[in-house]
Amino acid sequence: MQRIIKNNQIVDETWHLLPKDVTLEQLSNCDDYIVPLQLWREHAHALKARDGGLGVWLDSDEEAEEIGDQVGNFQVIALNFPAFTDGRNYSNARLLRDRYQFKGELRAIGDILRDQLFYLARCGFDAFAIRADKDPEEALQSLQDFSVTYQAATDEPLPLFRRR
Amino acid sequence: MYVYDEYDQRIIEDRVKQFRDQTRRYLAGELSEEEFRPLRLQNGLYIQRFAPMLRVAVPYGQLTSRQTRMLAKIARDYDKGYAHISTRQNVQYNWPALEDIPEILAELATVQMHAIQTSGNCLRNVTTDQFAGVAADEVIDPRPWCEIVRQWTTFHPEFAYLPRKFKIAINGASSDRAAIEVHDIGLEPVHNAAGELGFRVLVGGGLGRTPVVGAFINEFLPWQDLLSYLDAILRVYNRYGRRDNKYKARIKILVKALTPDVFAEKVEAEMAHLRGGSTTLTEAEVHRVAKHFVDPEYLALSNLDSELDALNNEHPGFARWRTRNTLAHKKPGYVAVTLSLKPTGVAPGDLTDKQLDAVADLAERYSFGQLRTSHEQNIILADVEQRQLHALWLELREGGFATPNIGLLTDIICCPGGDFCSLANAKSIPIAESIQRRFDNLDYLFDIGELDLNISGCMNACGHHHVGHIGILGVDKKGEEFYQVSLGGSASRDASLGKILGPSFAQDAMPDVIEKLINVYVEKRTEDERFIDTYQRIGIDPFKERVYAANH
Ligand code: HEM
Ligand code: SF4
Repeated sequence: MQRIIKNNQIVDETWHLLPKDVTLEQLSNCDDYIVPLQLWREHAHALKARDGGLGVWLDSDEEAEEIGDQVGNFQVIALNFPAFTDGRNYSNARLLRDRYQFKGELRAIGDILRDQLFYLARCGFDAFAIRADKDPEEALQSLQDFSVTYQAATDEPLPLFRRR
Repeated sequence: MYVYDEYDQRIIEDRVKQFRDQTRRYLAGELSEEEFRPLRLQNGLYIQRFAPMLRVAVPYGQLTSRQTRMLAKIARDYDKGYAHISTRQNVQYNWPALEDIPEILAELATVQMHAIQTSGNCLRNVTTDQFAGVAADEVIDPRPWCEIVRQWTTFHPEFAYLPRKFKIAINGASSDRAAIEVHDIGLEPVHNAAGELGFRVLVGGGLGRTPVVGAFINEFLPWQDLLSYLDAILRVYNRYGRRDNKYKARIKILVKALTPDVFAEKVEAEMAHLRGGSTTLTEAEVHRVAKHFVDPEYLALSNLDSELDALNNEHPGFARWRTRNTLAHKKPGYVAVTLSLKPTGVAPGDLTDKQLDAVADLAERYSFGQLRTSHEQNIILADVEQRQLHALWLELREGGFATPNIGLLTDIICCPGGDFCSLANAKSIPIAESIQRRFDNLDYLFDIGELDLNISGCMNACGHHHVGHIGILGVDKKGEEFYQVSLGGSASRDASLGKILGPSFAQDAMPDVIEKLINVYVEKRTEDERFIDTYQRIGIDPFKERVYAANH
């Protein structure tokens, strides 16, 4: 079973992350699913009517604006990093947290490595599905990489110049 | 000069720790080459032909004597005894060992220096006018703004993985010595009708493969909104800049595709959310930073025009040097002096550990212990007393810094090229040298007058060839090194890109080609016309005809 870093701890994965080509018929009523944006677009009603937990995931070329006024429907929003060097979802994360006030779990999925965790956390991610070949215990340490930050971000609403 | 407080210091020390561990994991095989690459790049570390190249940040070109001595020590202890001033005011080492980099960074941190974000697809070192704070034509001192922007760029969490690198330049004077129009973002101060300070904002300039002069998208940005506006621009770029093709990934391509007007609208739409937020700059912060850049303790002196003119008459060499290598200062009795790193036979911008130590000493004795680097790859002592100018000149001659060629043909901007860089099509340093040798006669050089000659070893344009009055670009022709020449580029106000003269030339033809171009200029110029002026008046054809005329 995959293990996830969540709120600075390592927990077992309980959600099912569904691929882009999934169809509604493949879902059971009670499991917890993170569905691709396309499924949400087509079947929002049916998805909301289920008993199991609901999350949605966005790829790096999809836009937070599209679910901006619907974030209350999701316990989890996962943002995918096809490569760790694709930085688009850092901006989506900030929009979901700062602009659309998403309060649930914001999870980084895909090519997630320890050396990006500090930045990801600053942008509002509180959960990280570390790439399967890497050790999440070790990755956890990187959340402490820096003890001071200059900019305002989701984790710290004031820039250093308003705190120093 | 900005002095770190405990916060600034902690950030760079945390970085040293982080990079030490990253390097350890890489060497232990825990990080793959692919995973380590962006990490090391964001720390200024390229892997080059012979060794890694380390680029150390010199934020907006400002250095103290103490820092300069550390740069000398690193050249001595970890390199082959020299360092290189880059065209973005940074310092590069060509021969450090990868295993030593964490130690080098730790040493740099003891003098408030680092290599953060000096390469990679991230927010890069902010650059400005090398005469900031002392130029007679200054509107505002850009350095506090540079420092404020530097802090904003440092480990910005949202913009660490941009489509491509991102460079910001800030000008503070009426002439533009910071080349802001060929930067991803260019900023310059303006005052509105009410006398309030703001910035004109340009986006989408850049050199490289697709050179572009940027477009101004905001004629008055209130200073309070500066960082929010940068956030807005970067957010638009981070989300919509192309990531499918690295040659189309710079912001200039996005701005062109959208048009500057539409790009500006997108930025404005972001600003509607960000304006008034906590990133809005405060007067307290601007003052906190600005007080590090107050004038040094200038003496009440007067200008020594007649005394210096008398010295001119006695020493023609001094006179010559004075006309080229000194610049008027805002304070009476002072002058800004440029140390030429372009003597013939030395790679442009290179200096040895001993020279670095010597420069540090000179700065201490003549210029309040501070110095600057310029994007033309020279060094500046900004606050020299006129009454000490002659003594300084004598010392500079001893140190090999007094070549009187600032702004002249032999003050060549040149990238490391094929001698060091693995991306090069051709060598660039030997071309620079062969041209310097051809124009070694000072009377001739002075007669030719102001001329920017820039050389890049490939189309990445590290040597800014597009904006040279004469630009030289190394090209590969069936595996052989050739050189393409362009004319009419300019990096100053109303920047322009050079036009290609025609088919490229072999290496040994280059001094002749340049000489022919110069001959056309000398024949056609009117009094007071610089090369670029004559070129703009008569166009490219007369130059073309001369250079490509069949040999008789
Ligand atoms: C020796 C190793 C070097 C490597 C591998 C290297 C690599 C590159 C690359 C790939 C680009 C193009 C980026 C693009 O397409 O936008 C570039 C641009 C640039 N480099 Fe270098 N470079 C090196 C050394 C230098 C040095 C020594 C300088 C300064 C003298 C320098 C100054 C610049 C500048 C100013 C640009 C920007 C041109 C622009 O605005 O697009 N580089 N470099
Ligand atoms: S212009 Fe080309 S050859 Fe010169 S340093 Fe840059 S990448 Fe290397």
